Amino acid sequence: MVNGMQIQVNGECRDCRSGLTVGDLLRELDIRTERVAVELNLEILDRKEFELRGLKEGDRLEILSFIGGGAPTRFVRERKRLKHAR
Amino acid sequence: MHDDRLVIAGREFKSRLWVGTGKYKDFVETKKAIEVSGADVVTVAVRRVNITDRSKENLLDYIDPKKYTILPNTAGCYTVEDAVRYSRLARAAGVSDLVKLEVLGDEKTLFPDTAGLIEAAKILIKEGFIVLPYTNDDPIVAKKLVDIGCPAVMPLAAPIGSGLGIRNPYNLKIIMEQVKVPIIVDAGVGTASDAALAMEYGADAVLMNTAIAGAQDPIAMAEAMKYAVHAGRLAYKAGRIPRKLYATASSPIEGML
Repeated sequence: MVNGMQIQVNGECRDCRSGLTVGDLLRELDIRTERVAVELNLEILDRKEFELRGLKEGDRLEILSFIGGGAPTRFVRERKRLKHAR
Repeated sequence: MHDDRLVIAGREFKSRLWVGTGKYKDFVETKKAIEVSGADVVTVAVRRVNITDRSKENLLDYIDPKKYTILPNTAGCYTVEDAVRYSRLARAAGVSDLVKLEVLGDEKTLFPDTAGLIEAAKILIKEGFIVLPYTNDDPIVAKKLVDIGCPAVMPLAAPIGSGLGIRNPYNLKIIMEQVKVPIIVDAGVGTASDAALAMEYGADAVLMNTAIAGAQDPIAMAEAMKYAVHAGRLAYKAGRIPRKLYATASSPIEGML
C-alpha cells in the first residue's frame, strides 16, 4: 500500500493510512473514547495518550468496553434453548 | 432501613441485592429488571468493542454509572495473567478501582481457582484496586483473602448459573462468623427463598444474575428478589427463634374451661 499500513484491530486486519494516531482510529471507527480501554501491543494506554500515540505497521490494537456480564455465551444459548422448549 | 447501609472500603450501598447484567434479552429488559430489583451495584464484563457493527448500543447508555456502582468483573478468566489484564483494562475504561475478581478453575463447574485468586488479588491490591473476590465457600481461603487486603469476600452459594441454592450453609455460616468484612453471597441462587436464606444466615448482600435474567419473567423475579433480600435481612436482624423438636403452645392454658 502506498502511504498505508496494515494493523490489527480487535483481532482483525485493517488497512489504514500512515501517521494515524489511536485517537484518529477511534474516530474513524466511530467509537466514543469515554468508557473504552485501549491496549496497544499489550500496553494499556492512558486516555490522554490516545491523540499522541501514532500507529505503525503491524501494531496490534485491542479496544474494549463494558458489556452485560458475566455470562459465558453458553448460558445465553441455554436460555434460548429453554425458551424454545417451552 | 436507612440506618442499615452496607459499607465496603468506605463506599456506602443502599441495596443489599447486587445484580449482574448478562443473559438478558436486550438492554431494555436489563434496565427494567435492575430498576425493579432496587439494586445499586451492577456487575459488567469487559469485552472487545464490536468494530464491524457500530450500530450495537452500549450497555452504559442504559445503566447510568452516575446512578449505579458499576462493578467490572473478570468473568471468563482462567489464569492470573488474564484476570490481572482484564482488571487493568476495566480500570482503564474509566469506571473505578473496583473489580469483582474471578479466576476460574474449570469450564464445567466455573469454580474459582482459589490459589490463582489469591495471587491475582495480591497483585491488584498492590496496584490500588479494590478487590472483591469471587471465591469458594471455603473459610480458610476467605480468611486469607481478607488478610491480604480484600475489603469484602464473595463466596458462592453453588456453581454460577446452576440455581442450586446454598449447597453448604455450614461453611457459609463459618465464613460469616470468622471473617470480619462484608460477605456477599455470589452465584448459585435459584429463587427468592435462596436469597432470603443467605441473608438470614447473615450475609451482608447477595449477588445474582441468572436467577433473574433466566427466569421466565425476569422483571417479576427481580421484584421477588428485592423483597427476599429485604425480608431475609430483617429476619436476620430480628433474630430467629431456636429450633425445638416439640411443640410450645402459643395460647395460654389459663382460663380454659
